[in-house]
This record gives sequence, structure tokens and C-alpha cells, in this order.
Amino acid sequence: MNQPPETPLLQVEDLHVRFRTPQRMVHAVRGVSFQVGREKVGIVGESGSGKSQTGRAIMKLTPPNGIVEARRLQFQELDLARASERDMLKVRGRRISMIMQDPKHALDPVMRVGAQIAEAIPDDLRLSKAERRDKVMAMLEAVHIRNPARVHDLYPHEVSGGMGQRVMIAMMLMADPDLLIADEPTSALDVTVRQQVLTILDDLVTRRGLGLIFISHDLNLVATFCDRVLIMYAGHIVEECVASELAQAKHPYTQGLLASLPRIGSRNAKLAVLNRDPAWLNG
Amino acid sequence: MSDATSLRAWLTAEVTTSPRHASVQRFYYGWLRLRANPLALVGLLILLALVMVAILAPVIAPVGPNDQSLTRRLLPPSELHWFGTDELGRDVFARVVYGSRITLYISFLVAIIAAPIGLAVGTTAGYFGGWTDTVLMRINDIFLSFPGLILALGFVAALGPGIENAVIAIALTAWPPIARLARAETLTIRASDYIAAVRIQGASSSRIILRHIVPMCVPSVVVRITLNMAGIILTAAGLGFLGLGAQPPLPEWGAMLSTGRQNMLGAWWLAAIPGLAILLTSLAFNLFGDGLRDVLDPRSE
Amino acid sequence: MPRWVPALGKQVASVAVTLLGLLALTFFMGRMLPIDPVIAIIGEQAEKETYDMVYAQLGLDKPLYVQFGLFIRDMMTLEFGDALFTGNKVADDLARVFPATIELATVSIIIGIGLGVPFGMLAAVYRGSLLDHVARFIGLLGYSSPNFWLGLMGLILFYATLGWVGGPGRLDVMFIDMVEPVTGMLLIDSLLAGEPEVFWDAFSHIVLPASILGYSSMAYISRMTRSFMLEQLGQEYIVAARVKGLSRWQVVWRHAFRNILVQLITVIALAYAFLLEGAVLTETVFAWPGFGRYLTSGLLAGDMNAVLACVLIIGIIFVGLNLLSDLLYRALDPRTR
Repeated sequence: MNQPPETPLLQVEDLHVRFRTPQRMVHAVRGVSFQVGREKVGIVGESGSGKSQTGRAIMKLTPPNGIVEARRLQFQELDLARASERDMLKVRGRRISMIMQDPKHALDPVMRVGAQIAEAIPDDLRLSKAERRDKVMAMLEAVHIRNPARVHDLYPHEVSGGMGQRVMIAMMLMADPDLLIADEPTSALDVTVRQQVLTILDDLVTRRGLGLIFISHDLNLVATFCDRVLIMYAGHIVEECVASELAQAKHPYTQGLLASLPRIGSRNAKLAVLNRDPAWLNG
Repeated sequence: MSDATSLRAWLTAEVTTSPRHASVQRFYYGWLRLRANPLALVGLLILLALVMVAILAPVIAPVGPNDQSLTRRLLPPSELHWFGTDELGRDVFARVVYGSRITLYISFLVAIIAAPIGLAVGTTAGYFGGWTDTVLMRINDIFLSFPGLILALGFVAALGPGIENAVIAIALTAWPPIARLARAETLTIRASDYIAAVRIQGASSSRIILRHIVPMCVPSVVVRITLNMAGIILTAAGLGFLGLGAQPPLPEWGAMLSTGRQNMLGAWWLAAIPGLAILLTSLAFNLFGDGLRDVLDPRSE
Repeated sequence: MPRWVPALGKQVASVAVTLLGLLALTFFMGRMLPIDPVIAIIGEQAEKETYDMVYAQLGLDKPLYVQFGLFIRDMMTLEFGDALFTGNKVADDLARVFPATIELATVSIIIGIGLGVPFGMLAAVYRGSLLDHVARFIGLLGYSSPNFWLGLMGLILFYATLGWVGGPGRLDVMFIDMVEPVTGMLLIDSLLAGEPEVFWDAFSHIVLPASILGYSSMAYISRMTRSFMLEQLGQEYIVAARVKGLSRWQVVWRHAFRNILVQLITVIALAYAFLLEGAVLTETVFAWPGFGRYLTSGLLAGDMNAVLACVLIIGIIFVGLNLLSDLLYRALDPRTR
């Protein structure tokens, strides 16, 4: 919180992610550059736009058949591009963390929820078992789980969708990171539960002064939730603007997206359909 | 020159002109995928070599498999007798070569007995469901409750030794996994729209099963039989080893191991070589079967 | 009543029906014989009255379903009849040979698990590497080899040529009957009796057959372990664990391995059952006085009582192990509780 507002947490320059498949080389992320400070930045794109792989690349958790290259991948004072796996072990969870889409799949099915949250507590804090349990309880309360003692001993399949996502948030914020990547955090949730989870997320991010990268395919959602929005298409960032100024977007893809969103009270008989220009594939 | 390119063009055409064209294309693409798998190719080559050896046995073998020579007993491998001679002076190489015929004979017969029975039982059980399914699957489970070798031993004990009885016994142990597989496939296919369509058109059950369901099951059945063939060969060899399969003087590899055992301390080649033949054949079926499975059913692994 | 009781009841009933079918099949096998069971007992020269008497004694004049009922009654009371080739009751013979096979099978499965699980895990974690390919090829050789042939090769190499291990049989001649049979398992009994020489001799005799049987177990177990691990390693929770800051191997042991444990245990139960099948021929090669050799000896002597009893027992054990497998899976996986 003492950082001058101009120094960004994360600086990404010319990030490329390629995958070796038996048929050919898939170029998922093509020269992406952006910065994130202690603010909420949304990355919006359709399936295959490369948004999820961007998030994974930052944490250096790209799948084994992937190749990551970047001119610059800087997190605060750390050069992530040159960081070894041993270095990354101290970064993941403690400096940068990530919440994932479906809590039913992202939690170990045979381990109790409380134990999984406790696993995120760094070992070198050398806390006793009781101290660890207290920390977990405190975290469960911070995500507004009303009966933390009961939930602590549940298995992931015994927990509802919204509660599971809150457990995941608790788990991933446990080690007190500075930057949080949220990869489609509400996409697997019922609409009714979505707002709850988003409110909790917003609250925690603001209170702790975290940077947030919110990855989603839902433009509306991101526009209302985030401060800045990046639009990705075919591995490139095609638009970058302040969320409130989204209506003045310049790139035809963004304009097409905006036009195809249904709006209550609009008088159009038909929804506009996006016309894809092959030129957009080149960014 | 233009013939080759036009054949190639026909094989890789984007749009097919007839059902036969489509099947040939599918076969071609499957072949390309198989070709990319070196181990599977090795398996296929070994199997083809085996067939060649079996067919050309009289040409390849220097003497007959039963030509005895009591003065040349238990000779180690040499230039004259590549694999040495056995306790009756017979050339082991010749016996191994002719033994390939017996191995192929057993494999082939078991396959063409077990596969149709398995398909019939499996598709019928899967298609009709209800009591038919329960009864047939219960019988299936009972057969599956015995390990293959044990069941085959039981049947051969009951039927008496001999190569035909051995084939029957092994076939009786080979059909249950096929039936189970066919039933699983049938259950998936049964729910599809095109089956409903054919039924509305008034097709009888037997017609639906034979013409629509069975052909869809064939690829996975072929894969399974190929993979199981390795085990079938081992079982047949085991029966031969116990003297319950092909009877002397037939040069069955398992039976040769049995006499090899009696002379094992002095004449290691009698035990080593037929066993290697069995191993190679079984390995070939495993390799080729794995490759076939990757081609025909890439979902697994 | 607790939720799991009806499900358990259904399963037990299902197994009972299967066992009944097993009995029927075995009974049927017995009746398929081309030889006349009466003549097998009294010989060909006996007179008609003797023939009729024995015929009635064996119950062959009764209708088939009654014969089957009597058969079931006999099986349930372990009245397997007499073994013609040993002269004892089959039930006594079985009690005598069983521990030898159990000892062999247990040592084999320990080898199979001890090598198979680590190999499978390494192959999965380092998928596509040389280690993976080598492990898979070794496994492939394992289930392509006739294990009785491996036994012969092993004896020729390690016993006859190198002299590293003991030969056929469980003990050298001089050690037989030196130790009081408490469990029937020489390795344990010799230690209990404080006879280390006997222990080492028994060990040298069991190591080769157990290694060979263990090799085929290892092939199966490592393949299944690899398959299960690969399935887990592709799951989202593995990525989530790494996000938390765990290293690759921490994730493998704390999360992936715990998730495959239940499946592994069921696989091991099945592997043990397959060992019984493998033991039949291996025991014959090694003159191991166990169940398998009893079966093959009975076969070669044409003794149907012994053979059918063995086939039935193996079938029951197989069904039992499958059932155990199922029950263990259901009991241990928290998702199915």
C-alpha cells in the first residue's frame, strides 16, 4: 500500500505461448503486452483467444508441451522470465495466486476442504497446528462462510458451487499474495450466486490492496466489475481501455461484441452478429 | 506417373463420392496413423513374417519336423542344425518353423469361434435388455469368474487332450470379454437416432442387430481379440506344456518346452528356443494390438 | 438401516448367484467326461453287481437335478471326495498344499507392488521420456512372456549355471522336516523356530519363482499405476495445488497418489488373483508343492475329483477377491459413502 501508484505490479512485454501438437505448432498467445497495478484489470475474449494461457504463463504453469517466451515478464522486483522452478515455488501462492473456474474440479476430492486451505500456508511461518487452524477459520470467515467449523471438515463434493468458489478464494488468498489472477471465477456458478462471489472478491481485493487480473468471456460482467479492460482475439490484444469508456471502443471486434450484446429496452428486432475480419488474426 | 498422383488425389480427396470411397479413405487414413507408430509396425511385421514362415515352411525348413536321427540326438546349435537337435534327433529349427503353423491354426480358430459367439451374446443382451440381458450377462460373469488358464484346464480335463479340444476349451474362455465389450457398445448405439429411424421403418430386431449394430462393434472387437490373442497364445502354450494340447509328434511350441524341460540341464536350446518363439509371437500381437487400438479408438489414453 | 446395507445385500446376493453358476459349470465339466467314473474306481474287470452297487453309491441313478443338489451339499461341506493319485481325501490334500501357494503368491505380490508402483509413477510423471518408454517396454515383455518358460530359463541360468539360487522345491533335501509347521509358510516358521539356516535355504528357493511371478504382477501393476496417475495429473486440482506453491513431487505424493490409492488397492487384489493363475504352471516348473502343482498333477493323473475341487476353489477365490475389491473401493472412496 506504500507503493507509488505509477509503479505497476506486473509488466508483460511481448509474451508468446506456443504448443507443440502432433499436427502442427499452435500459437496461442502472440506478442501480448500489458501492465497491471493495484487495480482490477479484465481480460475478455472468446474460447481460444489465449486469455487463459496468458494467466498460466504468468505463473509459469503452462502445460509441459508449451513454450513460453517474453521480452519482459516482471513482477515487482522479480524477473519471472528468468526465474527457475525453485524461485517460482516462492512466488506461487505467496506473491501471485490464481483462482480457477470450477471448484468441483479444482479441489482435491479426497482431502477435506480445511486441510486444503491450510496447505496454502507457507511452511516457513512455522505455525503450530492450532495456529494454522485459526488462520484457516479466519479466512473462511473473511469469505463470508457462516459456519466455518462445519465447512472446515467437509469434502469438496459436499459443498455447493458458490461455497466451493469461496473456499477456493480463501485457499488462494491464504498466503497473502499481491496479485490475484481470476480465471473465469464465476462462469461455473449459478447466476444467483455469481453476484455474492463477486462482491466478496471485490471486497477482499480492495481491502488488501491487491492487483487483480479478471479473465472472462463475459464482456458485460468485466465492464462493470473492472477498472480497465483488455480485449483479446486470436492471441493478440486488440483493444485496451478504461472500463467506463468501453462504449467508445475503436477496434471493430470490440464494437462488434458490444453490438451483439442484448440490451433491455433496445428496439432492435434482431441481435447483431459479429462479422469476423480475417485481418484481425494479425492483431 | 499420373496414375500414382491421381490415386493419391482420390485417397485424400476432401469430399467422397461413394460409401466405398469413404471406407477406402478411412482405411487409408487409419493406415497412415498406424504407420506413424513404429512399435505397432514392428508387431505387424513380426506377424506377417510368422504367416510367411508358416506358409513357406516346407521351403524354409531343411528337413521335415518329424525326421528322426538317433545318431544326432541333443546336438547344440551349429551350422548344420541352426537350433540344434532334440532328444530324438529331430532338427529343432524345422520343428519351430512347422510349429508356427500350429500356432496360427490355434489362433485363427479361436478367433473365428470366440468372436461370433461373443458378438452374438453381447449384442443380443445389450439390444434386448431385461431378462435376456440379465441371464446372458450372468452366464458371462460365471465364465469370467475363472482365470482363463484354469477354465481351459478344466474343459480340457473334461474333454480329453488333443488340439481340437484345446481350441474349443480356449475359445470357451475367450468369448466372455468379447461379449461384455459388444454389450457395452450396443448399449451406446441402441440409443442413437438412426437406430430409432430404422426401427420406425419396420426393420426386425435381427436385421437391426446384424446390419446396424454388429458392424459398429467390429472395430473394437477386432482390437480386443488382437490384444487378447497374446494371452490366448500363452494359454495354448501352457496347455501344450502340460501335454493337453497338440499331441506328439506334432511340433507345438508349448509341448516342445515340456520335453525341453526334461533335458534342460544338458540341452538349454531345447527349452530356450520354442519359448522365444512364443514370446515373440505374443509380443507381436500385443504391439500390433496396442497400435490398432490407438488408430481405431484414440479416446483411450 | 444404514444406507449401505441394501447395496451390500444386493451385491452379496449377486455373488451368491455367480457362485451357484460356478458350481453348475464345474458340475457340468465333471459330467462331460468321456470316462466312466464307476470304472475309474472299480476297474474294468469288475462284475456287474459291483458296478451297479458303486453306480448307486455314486448316486448316478438319480435324476440330474438331485445329483446337482448332492454335489452342492458336498461342496459346501468340503467333501471333495478322494484323490486317486495321492490316496488322501482331497480336502486334506488342499489344506496341505495351500500355504505353500499363499507364501509364494504373497512374496510375489510384494515384489510386484514394490517395483510396479514406483515404476508406474515415474513413468507417468516423466511421461514420454526414455524412462517411460523403457518401463513400458519392460512391462510389455512381462505380459508377453510365458511365465513357465521364464521359470525354465531362470533355473538354467541362475541355478544350474550360476548357482546363485536354490533349485526346484521349497527346501534342500537336508532341511526338510527340520522345522515345525506353524503357519505352513517356511519363511515365517523357520524364523519362529529360530533356525536361520533353514530360513536362508527357504529364501534361496523362493526367490526365483517369486521373482518370475512378481515380474508379471509388476507389469500389470505398473501399467495400471501409470494409467491412473496420468488420469489424475491431467486434472484441474493438480494445477490448483501448484498454484498454492507446492512443488511437482509434493503435488504427486500429497494429492495425485492419494487419489489413486483406492483404485490401486483394488488392482492389487485383482493382481493377487491373477497370481493364482500364474502359479499353476510356475509351481509345476519349480516342483513347488502348492496348489498349482496339485492341480496339474491331478490333471495328468486324470483325477477329476482333485481337478474339479481345485477349479472350484480357484473360482471361488477369484470371485471373492473381486468382491473384496469392490467393497474396498466403496468403503475407501469418500465420494461413494
